[in-house]
Amino acid sequence: MSEQIEMAKAAIEKNCRLNDIDVNLGQLQLSVDPANLIQVIDFVKNDPSCEFKQITDIAGVDFPENEKRFEVIYHFLSFGFNLRLRVKTQISESESLPSITSIFPAANWFEREAFDMYGITFTDHPDLRRILTDYGFEGYPLRKDFPLTGNVEIRYDEIDKKIVHEPVKLQQDFRNFDIQSPWEGTKYLDKEAKESE
Amino acid sequence: MAINTNIEETSPELERLKKLYADKGFVVTSINNLINWARTGSLHWMTFGLACCAVEMMHVGTPRYDVERFGAAPRASPRHADVLIVAGTLTNKMASALRKAYDQMPEPRYVISMGSCANGGGYYHYSYSVVRGCDRIIPVDVYVPGCPPTAEGLLYGLLQLQKKIRREGNIKR
Repeated sequence: MSEQIEMAKAAIEKNCRLNDIDVNLGQLQLSVDPANLIQVIDFVKNDPSCEFKQITDIAGVDFPENEKRFEVIYHFLSFGFNLRLRVKTQISESESLPSITSIFPAANWFEREAFDMYGITFTDHPDLRRILTDYGFEGYPLRKDFPLTGNVEIRYDEIDKKIVHEPVKLQQDFRNFDIQSPWEGTKYLDKEAKESE
Repeated sequence: MAINTNIEETSPELERLKKLYADKGFVVTSINNLINWARTGSLHWMTFGLACCAVEMMHVGTPRYDVERFGAAPRASPRHADVLIVAGTLTNKMASALRKAYDQMPEPRYVISMGSCANGGGYYHYSYSVVRGCDRIIPVDVYVPGCPPTAEGLLYGLLQLQKKIRREGNIKR
């Protein structure tokens, strides 16, 4: 298997413009600029020493402190060589990525999900609209600055005979518990452990 | 015949009729009791399985728990159903569909809220996309606690609903 990784790695290094290439836990990992994304993905799909014919997922990550805020990670699987590949790319909030639906039609819904959850836009996508959240939903829930409970909640209005959206009003605020131990007093246990050392 | 014979009105006239017809192939009861018997004995439920609770709802219909011995059978259409079992997490996107299904059910209709998520949001109470209790959308008769409730738990909830129907005991709406 390592032979196949080396072969695929050599082919990708030779033919693609990359920022970085790495083998991590037996899986290939590339970092590319958005401008080179289409060329790289087209190559790894069709090259006979790669054959990454299946797209497994497109994942997004939000790093609000970074200038290029969003990281988008494409996951691929090669049936022919039993290999997995990740392609990472970064964009800022105002930029958009090229859609890879022309290469992988299955990426359609993955890109819609990334758009739904992070607001990442994809140029040349055939039907870029929300996929999971409620109709008329506002905001991008997986961004770090989106509040956990959202901004609106719903209830059925008996007078209007329809479901209405209202600002969130919680009976009890969200609380973060120390889940180290179900008992209070973990601190003294920590202390004892330190003393015994 | 499993007729409820706990008649509240013990009028001497009724007692006389009962005695008269007792061994002549007739059963004498009040119309309220008859209606209660019919209602509690045919609680066909609308399968509204939304999450893992739906699996327990399936168990309750299988021979081990066999809810059909109480006359209840699953119905695929709300227009055939008497009771709606909300089994699972109700999301904002699903809420209007739930209300639509409920609105299509014929009277008298009942609702069982099954599991923590349907009761009050449960694990997802603080989520941006989950309704904090299905009673924000439809009126609920019986709440079954648990995550998920066991099939026995749901069965017990159904029996509690029968009890509630008997307690109401009339055909008024």
